[in-house]
Amino acid sequence: MSPQTSTYVVRGARVLGGEPTDLVLRDGVVAEVGPGLSAAGAEVVDAEGLVALPGLVDLHTHLREPGREDAETVETGTRAAAMGGFTAVHAMANTAPVADTAGVVEQVWRLGTEAGYCDVQPVGAVTVGLGGERLAELGAMADSAARVRVFSDDGHCVADPVLMRRALEYVKAFDGVVAQHAQEPRLTEGAQMNEGELSGRLGLQGWPAVAEEAIIARDCLLTAHVGSRLHVCHVSTAGSVEIVRWAKSKGWDVTAEACPHHLLLTDELAATYDPIYKVNPPLRSASDVEALRAGLADGTIDIVATDHAPHPHEDKDCEWPAAAFGMLGLETALSIVQQTIVDTGALDWTGVAERMSYAPARIGRLAGHGRPIEVGEPANVVLYDAATTRVVDPADTASLSRNTPYAGRELPGRVVATFLRGRATVLDGKLT
Amino acid sequence: MRRHLLSAGDLTRDDAQLVLDTAEEMRSLADRPIKKLPALRGRTVVNLFFEDSTRTRISFEAAAKRLSADVINFSAKGSSLSKGESLKDTALTLEAMGADAVVCRHWASGAPHLLAHAGWSRSSVVNAGDGTHEHPTQALLDAFTMTRHLGPLDGRRVAIVGDVLHSRVARSNALLLRTLGAEVTLVAPPTLLPLGIEGWGVETSYDLDAVLPKADVVMMLRVQRERMNAAFFPSVREYSRRYGLDARRMATLQDHAIVMHPGPMIRGMEITADVADSDRSVIVEQVTNGVAVRMAVLYLLLGGSEAAIGGAEDRPSGGGEA
Repeated sequence: MSPQTSTYVVRGARVLGGEPTDLVLRDGVVAEVGPGLSAAGAEVVDAEGLVALPGLVDLHTHLREPGREDAETVETGTRAAAMGGFTAVHAMANTAPVADTAGVVEQVWRLGTEAGYCDVQPVGAVTVGLGGERLAELGAMADSAARVRVFSDDGHCVADPVLMRRALEYVKAFDGVVAQHAQEPRLTEGAQMNEGELSGRLGLQGWPAVAEEAIIARDCLLTAHVGSRLHVCHVSTAGSVEIVRWAKSKGWDVTAEACPHHLLLTDELAATYDPIYKVNPPLRSASDVEALRAGLADGTIDIVATDHAPHPHEDKDCEWPAAAFGMLGLETALSIVQQTIVDTGALDWTGVAERMSYAPARIGRLAGHGRPIEVGEPANVVLYDAATTRVVDPADTASLSRNTPYAGRELPGRVVATFLRGRATVLDGKLT
Repeated sequence: MRRHLLSAGDLTRDDAQLVLDTAEEMRSLADRPIKKLPALRGRTVVNLFFEDSTRTRISFEAAAKRLSADVINFSAKGSSLSKGESLKDTALTLEAMGADAVVCRHWASGAPHLLAHAGWSRSSVVNAGDGTHEHPTQALLDAFTMTRHLGPLDGRRVAIVGDVLHSRVARSNALLLRTLGAEVTLVAPPTLLPLGIEGWGVETSYDLDAVLPKADVVMMLRVQRERMNAAFFPSVREYSRRYGLDARRMATLQDHAIVMHPGPMIRGMEITADVADSDRSVIVEQVTNGVAVRMAVLYLLLGGSEAAIGGAEDRPSGGGEA
């Protein structure tokens, strides 16, 4: 990575898919926008035919450090993020030790600053050790240098209704949000895949949709009751979309995310017994996929978040019930969104910018990200070639892990360049 | 060309019939003084058991030995809680030792599938029971036993009674018996029937008494007492009263109807002792037939050049949609 900040003239980029224009990125901001621009000593980037989007923001990333540096580190994870067009990621709290104190969140935040490939905004645990029993020191994490605003026990559900109520209330003091991993634990003991006809046939224990929907419904009601802010992680079922739509119709402050894999893949893949397709919440049915796409298009689902979950090879190269849950997502997210939402006509690039940049930054209260590509705004920009295709090869990933479910699949689009505050983290499709 | 027997659903009607016909020939061997054929001399069959099952293991062992194969028994400890030695490393070891067939029993559904398709080994794989998924040789020996008593199974009514949700025997039987033209009714309390069972192409019933008078075969499944603790049913007593096979219920069967159980039985739970030991019970015969059917399966997978059961070709497991 080059240490110095250069000036870039980006030529012919289609901002949000609009008419080609030039951009000057200087001193960390978008300095000029318009046709025929030039700047002394600037590096010229030919962006003819490329779509320019605001730097993507992921509200749901597992960077694994500290504790599982065999799966991912802040450095490798943020490299993968940059390759995927992200300029900021929220690092989930389920590390070892758990990010449940000011000390741990500051450590993760500092590692992100040192890596430099994208901003790392730590998520704080809701409960001590993700144990679901006592509130973590949410205020201390909020007041720390990491300025935590998103709190989540992701990987575990805050199942205790009293604890969830208190967490929702408590975070109001610093404009925080509780991001719930909605999974009723008793209904999902030993669960392996979506519960349906196929789970019965395959003899894999079912993960019923109701286990997600019941928690979402409860939490929406709690949120309304205490007047707080709820974010629902990785919505995966048609019923969940309906519940969130209903909560929004009431005017309650509920936001929701969908993951790329839930927008594309279905539970049929479990029939391979290949745990590369094992994820939590599980891949669902084709009708759930349709409902998620529709929810994303009409704004019921506010954002796309990756749930990027790296795992070492041995944790996936084994029997399905013994394998870890989760799949990589950072480097393929934009392509999956293009394939499932843009190429289908459900959303245009303005919509993609909203779902993958503006809204996640807003929900995370993240300053300096999710801003439009306009003069004076931070120069967080992605240049994306939507006209090309590529075949996913796990060996190519910048992540330390290889557990992508898209191996061998042809996906549309490719990130050509990513700029973080005017500095290129990716150029010509390669990390700088 | 490689062949595996992973699921009863992989068998065509011709495949299944070939196994049953071959088993009939193998069965006749049991009545001879020297119960041995040279068919698999020089071939190695490994019994790879990640889950204890003495009955199934000795049945496969007897089958392989009667075909003159070299038999290696490999018990690998491990469970969903303590992973133990990995399936992959075990498979690589067996491959290095030159196993021709691996008979795999595993606590994890799909483990034999992985063994056959993950590219770790070139052996033929026989599923000897995987998790709550399938147990295809059990279904074959059940069909063989039914055929010996009732003739061709077309239109025959088979009631399978008990813990269908957790039963690999029920799954394999439902698949195979349909292929052979039988009408299957799965009988259980609603808690012990899998969601989406409507798609299995079988009948279901919550009422054992209504099903028995029409049945040609009643197959009782083992029901673990511990299921009671997870609220699948209120008590052993209530389960037995509603779904157990006792003398009173047996009296409602047609004269020719037979009673089966894959073992091990819990007498007094799903079946009373007098029923298990009655003339209608073919439970002991199932064990004898098990050896003959497993001989047929091993013979057809390893012996003949035209071996034609199982169907599963070698294909990679990763990537792409299945």
